[in-house]
Amino acid sequence: MRFVKFFSLLIVAALILSACAQGGSTGGQQKELKVAILAPLSGPVPTFGVSTRDGALMAIDEWNAKGGVLGMKIVPIVEDSQCTPDPAVNAANKVIDQDGVKFIIGEVCSKASIPVSEIANAKGVIQISPTSTNEQVTVDANGNVKPYIFRACFIDPFQGFVGAKFATEQLGAKTAFVMLDQANDYVKGLATEFAKNFEMMGGKVVGTVSYTSTDTDFSVILGKIAEAKPDVVYLPDYYNIVNLVAKQAKEKGINVPFIGGDGWDSPDLDLAAAAGGYFTNHYSPDDPRPEVVNFLKAYGEKYKDESGNPKVPDALAALAYDAANVLLQAINDAGTTDTAKVKDTLEKITYKGVSGTITFDANHNPIKSAALLAVKPDGVKFETIVNP
Amino acid sequence: MQQVSGSSQVVIPVPKKKKQPPLAWVGQGFFILLGIVVVAILISNLIRQPTLFAQFFISGLQLGFVYALIALGYTMVYGIVKLINFAHGDVFMVGAFVSYFAVARFRLHQWPLAAFPQISPGLGVVIGSLTVILLSMVICSALAITIERVAYKPLRDAPRIAALITAIGVSFFLEYFGALNFVFSPRFIPYERPFEVVAWYIKDGIHLIKPGEAPPDGAITFSNILLIIIVASILVQIFLQFLVRRTKIGIAMRASSYDKPAARLMGINVDSVISFTFAIGAAFAGLGGVLYAIAYSSIWTQLGILPGLKAFVAAVLGGIGSIPGAFVGALIMGQAEAMTMGYISTPMRDAVAFTILIIVLLIRPTGIFGEPEKEKV
Repeated sequence: MRFVKFFSLLIVAALILSACAQGGSTGGQQKELKVAILAPLSGPVPTFGVSTRDGALMAIDEWNAKGGVLGMKIVPIVEDSQCTPDPAVNAANKVIDQDGVKFIIGEVCSKASIPVSEIANAKGVIQISPTSTNEQVTVDANGNVKPYIFRACFIDPFQGFVGAKFATEQLGAKTAFVMLDQANDYVKGLATEFAKNFEMMGGKVVGTVSYTSTDTDFSVILGKIAEAKPDVVYLPDYYNIVNLVAKQAKEKGINVPFIGGDGWDSPDLDLAAAAGGYFTNHYSPDDPRPEVVNFLKAYGEKYKDESGNPKVPDALAALAYDAANVLLQAINDAGTTDTAKVKDTLEKITYKGVSGTITFDANHNPIKSAALLAVKPDGVKFETIVNP
Repeated sequence: MQQVSGSSQVVIPVPKKKKQPPLAWVGQGFFILLGIVVVAILISNLIRQPTLFAQFFISGLQLGFVYALIALGYTMVYGIVKLINFAHGDVFMVGAFVSYFAVARFRLHQWPLAAFPQISPGLGVVIGSLTVILLSMVICSALAITIERVAYKPLRDAPRIAALITAIGVSFFLEYFGALNFVFSPRFIPYERPFEVVAWYIKDGIHLIKPGEAPPDGAITFSNILLIIIVASILVQIFLQFLVRRTKIGIAMRASSYDKPAARLMGINVDSVISFTFAIGAAFAGLGGVLYAIAYSSIWTQLGILPGLKAFVAAVLGGIGSIPGAFVGALIMGQAEAMTMGYISTPMRDAVAFTILIIVLLIRPTGIFGEPEKEKV
């Protein structure tokens, strides 16, 4: 017995020692550049997480194939942040404190990116959110820019503006009905901007109704919409809510076009139900630019769907790819992994990405165009491009 | 008391009147006032916009009858083992998923037409859909029996709180085990219906809504799903009344609920009666799950949480342990929710639902139909 006890103690001691040794060696070598990817692989929007992870990993693999950045191999660390503040904050703390990461790509959802950005900025870690469109991600409550936080997508005001412009100019809408989830920063941001711009462009918002993300029964809200008879309904939520609302609306004989934001962009969007709707997005795979064509080809070769066909990247994948590329390009241009220098390089960078040419404005938001897509029963079709 | 008061020699122990806490009338008055205000608001809205009110009422009916199907399971299980089976809402979710796989993967709803091509398509759809529903009910029953045997039976003599916490654990297990990618996946899955939804509107008679056509102003719309849910729920209620009042197993259930040791002495196998109760409650939850999924056509693994909790509130409101109570409570809950969504705001629906729970527990913990000190199935 005594021997067993001693022996097990010995093993434990050996394990601890080896763990220390390993930690020391990776700290000393400096041959690896760790980049964390925070993506919602579970939770309410898992398809967003998978696309984001795949897009970012593809960019990292391409850089590694070219010999890495500054001679260092890029090691991605993927964490599931669930599109929810608490898990996202835990994941951020884990990668920063435990893994020693200095560069984060993520989160997807604004409500998770905002708390992560507070931590990253305070610790001098560069965070590029590929898709969080809420203003508060890069700007704090007092309107000051967070120096270490960037994003690869345009922001909510722009999507709300594009939606309103499209509704009034192309659809000739005079009245609109706005549906929003009060608890979701992303949805609220888009809805507020849409309502503001729609009224400025001469339209009238005839009703605003809020719901919660766990709702499944929208018949009462749809009853109100049938009563108000708007020309368009603005529903800037994610695909899961859109599927429910659109299907129930069709069954009630409500044929008003629904307009939304990039939250609709998912392979799980119910095309039959949402047909006749429109949404604003960051990119369209039908875009003929060479960056898009090459990206589509490479992505399709790397990732296959369940039946083995090449996957068509959605905007999440495109933006994650751009976010990773712009970050690695900046590290390369800066010639160092010192985050203070990399952030200065990012502020001046001009990068030709899949989702348009990215340059950052004073608030670290990229200046680029938006695509407007139409939902048809057989797929999502490119409609038009709207410039800022 | 009468026999005692008949003999004047004996000192009569005067039963103490149940003491009301001081200022109880303040609380009661407040709730009565609240009730009057709510009714007044509803009536004024009914007069102002009758069609909109009717539309909300129909939404409330649909919710209420679904809650009724779930609430029955809560109330029956509580009646017999005094356990609030929090995993019940997740059995409801499993029912929805079983029907999803039966329809989308195995095309079970089309078997009558595949096997007997000469029957009419309408009949084929009806038989196919019933098969899907039956399959869900059977699998949910089997699941509930398994849960009961594995998780609750070993704790039958443990304090009730232990079983309650186990129930919560089972609930989480079903939700998060279901969320694994190789089980149900954590995604929101668009649900393929075994039959098409047909909607009608009421205005100068009942008319069919054709696809792409908007109903006229002031029309009230409803769908075949609503009718199916109502009919199914009422049939289940009648069936249960018959089962509990008229059949041998019903008598055994009532006996086990009343006094388990005595029931055992009378030759009743209490364990199998309890299993049967779980199974039958789960079967109706499974039925509710299928109908709910057909009605709202999007499913995910946490689908059962809120309907389950609201059905629990409905069971408490009606008087937990009472079958008609669960039914009435569920209908009230459905209306409360629909009217809150219509006249206050949608995010308030859950708040109002749980406020009702608090109010019931404060002023009448036994619920509408519940009778203190007397136990029913």
